[in-house]
Amino acid sequence: MSVTTTQESSYQADALIAADIDAYLLQHQHKSLLRFITCGSVDDGKSTLIGRLLYDSKMIFEDQLAALEADSKRAGTQGQNIDFALLVDGLAAEREQGITIDVAYRFFATEKRKFIVADTPGHEQYTRNMVTGASTADLAVILIDARKGVLTQTRRHSYLAHLIGIRHIVLAVNKMDLIGYDQEKYNAIVADYTKFAASIGINSFTPMPISGFMGDNITTKSENTPWYDGVPLIAQLETVELDVTADQQKPFRMPVQWVNRPNLDFRGFSGLISSGTVRPGDTIRVLPSGKTSTITRIVTIGGDLEQAVAGQSVTLCFADEIDCSRGDVICIADAPAEVADQFEAVIVWMADEALIPGRPYWLKLGTQTVTATVQAPKYQVNVNTMEHMAAKTLELNAIGVANLATDRPIPFEPYATSHTLGGFILIDKITNATVAAGMLHFALRRSQNVHWQALDISRETHAGLKNQKPAVLWFTGLSGAGKSTIANLVEKKLVRMNRHTFLLDGDNVRHGLNKDLGFTEADRIENIRRVGEVAKLMTDAGLIVITAFISPFRAERQMVREMMAGGEFIEIHIDTPLADAEARDVKGLYKKARSGALKNFTGIDSPYEPPQTPEIRIDTTKLTPEEAADLIIERLIP
Amino acid sequence: MTTPTASPTSQLTHLQRLEAESIHIMREVVAEAEKPVMLYSVGKDSAVMLHLARKAFYPSPPPFPLLHVDTTWKFKAMYELRDRMARESGMELLVYQNPEATARGINPFDHGGLHTDMWKTEGLKQALDKYGFDAAFGGARRDEEKSRAKERIFSFRSANHRWDPKNQRPELWNLYNARKAKGESIRVFPISNWTELDIWQYIHLENIPIVPLYFAAKRPVVQRDGLTIMVDDERFRLRPGEVPEMKSVRFRTLGCYPLTGAVESEAATLPQVIQEMLLTTTSERQGRAIDHDQAASMEKKKQEGYF
Repeated sequence: MSVTTTQESSYQADALIAADIDAYLLQHQHKSLLRFITCGSVDDGKSTLIGRLLYDSKMIFEDQLAALEADSKRAGTQGQNIDFALLVDGLAAEREQGITIDVAYRFFATEKRKFIVADTPGHEQYTRNMVTGASTADLAVILIDARKGVLTQTRRHSYLAHLIGIRHIVLAVNKMDLIGYDQEKYNAIVADYTKFAASIGINSFTPMPISGFMGDNITTKSENTPWYDGVPLIAQLETVELDVTADQQKPFRMPVQWVNRPNLDFRGFSGLISSGTVRPGDTIRVLPSGKTSTITRIVTIGGDLEQAVAGQSVTLCFADEIDCSRGDVICIADAPAEVADQFEAVIVWMADEALIPGRPYWLKLGTQTVTATVQAPKYQVNVNTMEHMAAKTLELNAIGVANLATDRPIPFEPYATSHTLGGFILIDKITNATVAAGMLHFALRRSQNVHWQALDISRETHAGLKNQKPAVLWFTGLSGAGKSTIANLVEKKLVRMNRHTFLLDGDNVRHGLNKDLGFTEADRIENIRRVGEVAKLMTDAGLIVITAFISPFRAERQMVREMMAGGEFIEIHIDTPLADAEARDVKGLYKKARSGALKNFTGIDSPYEPPQTPEIRIDTTKLTPEEAADLIIERLIP
Repeated sequence: MTTPTASPTSQLTHLQRLEAESIHIMREVVAEAEKPVMLYSVGKDSAVMLHLARKAFYPSPPPFPLLHVDTTWKFKAMYELRDRMARESGMELLVYQNPEATARGINPFDHGGLHTDMWKTEGLKQALDKYGFDAAFGGARRDEEKSRAKERIFSFRSANHRWDPKNQRPELWNLYNARKAKGESIRVFPISNWTELDIWQYIHLENIPIVPLYFAAKRPVVQRDGLTIMVDDERFRLRPGEVPEMKSVRFRTLGCYPLTGAVESEAATLPQVIQEMLLTTTSERQGRAIDHDQAASMEKKKQEGYF
């Protein structure tokens, strides 16, 4: 193999290490940290470049090198030469396929800086991996194969890096050795990219001609490109301005992670400062409540601090006993973050199961986790052409813009202002998988402008007048299971006991309130959401509400449960085997569904997700409707 | 202990940023998990992790116990430091030894790979199941080994403790999704982004107690299978012709003493140890017998539940 690069800087470091380790440690101790991402496809030589950076900064030990040489001969793609890509392609599956699947993090250091490199795959099906790697990066190295120039994937990588807010972009035109270090070809590629970059809002980038394989313009300027007047890649990485001080100039914000309460005399709020500076004596405001207090102490194990800055994990104490808990954001009082519950956001979908508009997901932003629903996207972005396309949903790796609503007002900032208070993930409520990442653009309306109508007659008053505890008896089960029959019997029995009830039935709601809705998954979710809201108003009026809907999806039943006051949602599973329900087929619907005349029929071509822990489960193979109703009354009014 | 203090609008050093990140991760786990635990192996990475935990929750003691999955074959000096650190931190120390391994007398001399498998891999699973821990802090670092470079900070394990490298949750910004179903658990690696040099430098700056075996001293050793092994107690079975010699050695990594190779060294202070590490030409894990088995061996072990 040929190593054209000298390793001068490494040797200088070695000399210092050998001569004066204390001096070296002092130097190392004051290094700053740059996190960057390399974007490119396998063919662009990305792994080779990273392997080269590790090799040239002497992060590879002899035993690893020996293993590498052996590996190169066995599995390498570079003949008898060392295949640097093998250093970084870690997982066995990846070696077999010769591609990088996941995000891998690598570490190296020079005299000036420490580096963490996120090595991410380049193929379109791994867009989510690239977004993941980019989310923590300060800089992106976008690799182009000099033989191929700006490709679709170059545009995609650049768009994603820009989308995720990376300010520094290095355009590394790689494999210059394979085009004979041709300046004209290089200039043409740079001109081509400049035009594209401007079109997506990238105002500046640093182009450089390199060869990861041969080592040109990596650590030192290459003799093969005398016409190149810029710096080598390492020098660029070492000197690019970091954004750490910029965050410290912004107004103070700290999301509360944990309330530290070892005893009655101490109450502190622990978190990572996301922006600004804080000192004892500062007046702060806790969001979303808006309560104010004064910082008294910044507590650490090494003694109280006189000030703390963005990027530090600290514990703060207040002068007053105001409410403050996990998820709240402590802000400087005169410039607090915004609070809202409806937003426009760009969303990157990361799960195999597509976005279901209207379905409730967990949204985690900062340290707060709330329920959120996403509307149908306004548009989806074609990541290869940047065109906006109409979309009803977002599939795996799709990026789109949509409105979303949270179930309560949350403190936030636009992502462009704060990655901490504007970046979020969506979590599936059933599988717990992280299904999407998102970036808030802005609030659709300021929730401070919306005040709940203060009511003189409280829900307690309504319930007290009726001498009962409001509740929702939520019947769920297959079509024909007997939900309506049993629900009717329960209501009759309750009325005989002088209880105030109301029965919401699938049919009576479908003919009025929800007559605009069909039977697609999205419409069924909206159907249930509206029924939930109506039931909630009725419980506010003090009623015992009885509902009889198939309500096949767990997530939607969970959504309604969360709308209600604690203990007021009683899930009743009318559990009938599909065969029994189908045999009964009172309305002839199963027959239609089986014949294909009726689409999306629960149990046939649409799933029913049975409750895992319903409050009451009725086994209709063992109980008559009359007995079932008695059992429910007994459990309800012991 | 000293605390790195930032001056006004100072650039935080990389160690200050790593420290803040690790503390943030630990607090997230404590806020979201039901029953966390810190795996404590008494090595230098565990030492740093414990130190960070004490900082993260001060003035409270870290709100979780320490768990040492013991093989009964660790160095004596490790047991001493373990007990001292538990006392000083005010944390509960749980020591778990796989009863089946005890009953069958599993040892590193007779049982080879089974030794690690039963005491460590099985022992860890049993201990987590026994106490019902749903989140366990581990001191693994991404720079240690290739398959670890892709491990998430929050790493999910199925109810039977398996790791699926192809089905990991995306981890964006510093948002960690700690939600899981009953029976599933998370391994959390708060010092993922630290390198070996960062660890040593932090120990140096923060004056963190570590096992004296990391420093060179005259110790009784034998040469065996290419490794320099310390004869730490009378259970060591000398082969015919083997006579322990006193040599100035130290350890770069600590585990079961009959399986852990020493390096000849005169480095008796931390700067000297760091100096030697920086000038050395072999990687840290080379002293561990378990990694040599086959390519991607660690990935295999992890899928089976080894930490």
